[in-house]
Amino acid sequence: MSDFDDLYRDIILDHNRRPRHRGKLPTANRVVTGDNPTCGDNCTVYLRVEDGRIADISFEGSSCAISQASTSIMTTRLKGKTAAEAEVAFAGLKDILSTGRAPAEFDELAAFAGVHSFPARVKCATLGWHAALEALRQPDQPQISS
Amino acid sequence: MPADFSTARADFPALHQTVHGRPLVYLDNAATTHKPRVVIDALVRYYERDNSNVHRGLHALSMRATDSYEAARARAATFLNAADPAEIIFTRGTTEGINLVAQSWGPANLRAGDIILATEMEHHSNLVPWQRLAARTGATLRLVPVVGEDAGHGLDLDALDRLLTPQVKIFAFTHISNTLGTINRASDLCARAKNVGALTVVDAAQSAGHEPLDVRALGCDFLAFSGHKMAGPTGIGVLYGRRALLDALDPWQTGGGMVASVSYEGAQWKPSPERFEAGTPNIADAVALHAAMDYLDTFGRPALAGHDHALAARAAIELADIPGLRLIGPRPGQLRAGLVSFALKDVHAHDVVTFADQDGIALRGGHHCNQPLMKKLGLPSTVRASFYLYNTEADITALTTSLRRIVSFFGGT
Ligand SMILES: Cc1ncc(COP(=O)(O)O)c(C=O)c1O
Repeated sequence: MSDFDDLYRDIILDHNRRPRHRGKLPTANRVVTGDNPTCGDNCTVYLRVEDGRIADISFEGSSCAISQASTSIMTTRLKGKTAAEAEVAFAGLKDILSTGRAPAEFDELAAFAGVHSFPARVKCATLGWHAALEALRQPDQPQISS
Repeated sequence: MPADFSTARADFPALHQTVHGRPLVYLDNAATTHKPRVVIDALVRYYERDNSNVHRGLHALSMRATDSYEAARARAATFLNAADPAEIIFTRGTTEGINLVAQSWGPANLRAGDIILATEMEHHSNLVPWQRLAARTGATLRLVPVVGEDAGHGLDLDALDRLLTPQVKIFAFTHISNTLGTINRASDLCARAKNVGALTVVDAAQSAGHEPLDVRALGCDFLAFSGHKMAGPTGIGVLYGRRALLDALDPWQTGGGMVASVSYEGAQWKPSPERFEAGTPNIADAVALHAAMDYLDTFGRPALAGHDHALAARAAIELADIPGLRLIGPRPGQLRAGLVSFALKDVHAHDVVTFADQDGIALRGGHHCNQPLMKKLGLPSTVRASFYLYNTEADITALTTSLRRIVSFFGGT
């Protein structure tokens, strides 16, 4: 497998073409937009946090395939999780990105091991995660209705 | 006999390499160009033979270094058809030249109520210094709008005439947009500004190495460019300023080399250009820039412009055929500088650049230091292919082939 095919694995291409949980979340009580100033990309993450768990999650924004797929996979993994569990999952992703190796239990996140060979793209893979974790640290906001 | 573009590639050592196993196709010339052997040799020769400090020593090497440095200044004056080498200030590049004008001319000449005029297509380096100057002086920064995509993303000249009131003290604009590929009619813009008594600053970063430039024909007051975008080294650039203006300006940095006399109480400034070149200048890169200007003029700048425009025009036509490709800037058939900017539907610029890189093609993807313009265009980023004298039609074929594969790779189901 070339570096390139390893970067754009099928799971990533699939989540890029058919992102999960994309769009606004009208019932959200946390919203954070993350920016990648070097490329102008942005990603807004919407969370509905109830009793310390992520009851619902969605995202929107304009970003590359790596970023869009990473955020999409994130939404599928974080639904139902607590902030502490989200931190653990993100630590796992960062480990994969920095070593290029992924233990089997990481399943879909393991697809990001190939990003390791493209240091300029590591920020793309973490954009949505940073926004989500930032949102988890915030207090509840009034519901956004628009 | 004029030099031949078909053999120019051979002059550039860095072009002869493979990237990911494919021959390099370098299409990121608007960011920086490659350097011909004669420029690299000039740099090495300077360090191997003449290396010394300028203007200070009386020994042989110092005199040679001074002569070479001042010869580079005189060459830059003829390159721009400036009246006097004292109108040439060596800088680090375009950004530093513009900051010099903003900082030296600005605070002494602007008051609350005055207007600084720039345009919506400026690179951050011809926008942010003016924003900062406006904030410091209480002047207002206004921007000439860019017309819509159907009209080819030029400047709105009717709006310019409305904006050019007697309150406008300075008008800073780019000759060629690094994002759009638009070529502004600089002499016309300078003439309009002069009618209301405004000074003009031309950002020639994208034109100096591509187009004929004659500061007296343009009628500009200041003009800035970077050596590295015109076959010269990094770290050197030129600010041209009209002599009468320069001699009335305060320095922006102070120190050795720029003072006529110093006492413990104070100092008096030398005239231009030394007044604006405090400290040991970038001698070696100025000498190598001299070689670059000579090299470019073996082709002749009208021929250079013709070559680059023709490649970009051809690329615009071929790219417009690719499904889902949105072309930014001049429409096919309109005059366009040697670059094409575009966006692919559903494929992000970074994915395009990473994919093309695997094919050995160097492109630029992003906001091109032009974030507010991107926002106006409704795009997070574009992909840019920019041409230089060593590019050929084969490079356009490589680009379009790669782009068609990208579309099917990311768009395929
Ligand atoms: C239009 C324009 N202006 C200014 C600059 C800044 O040039 P430099 O970074 O060499 O100072 C650039 C470079 O990208 C440019 O394209």
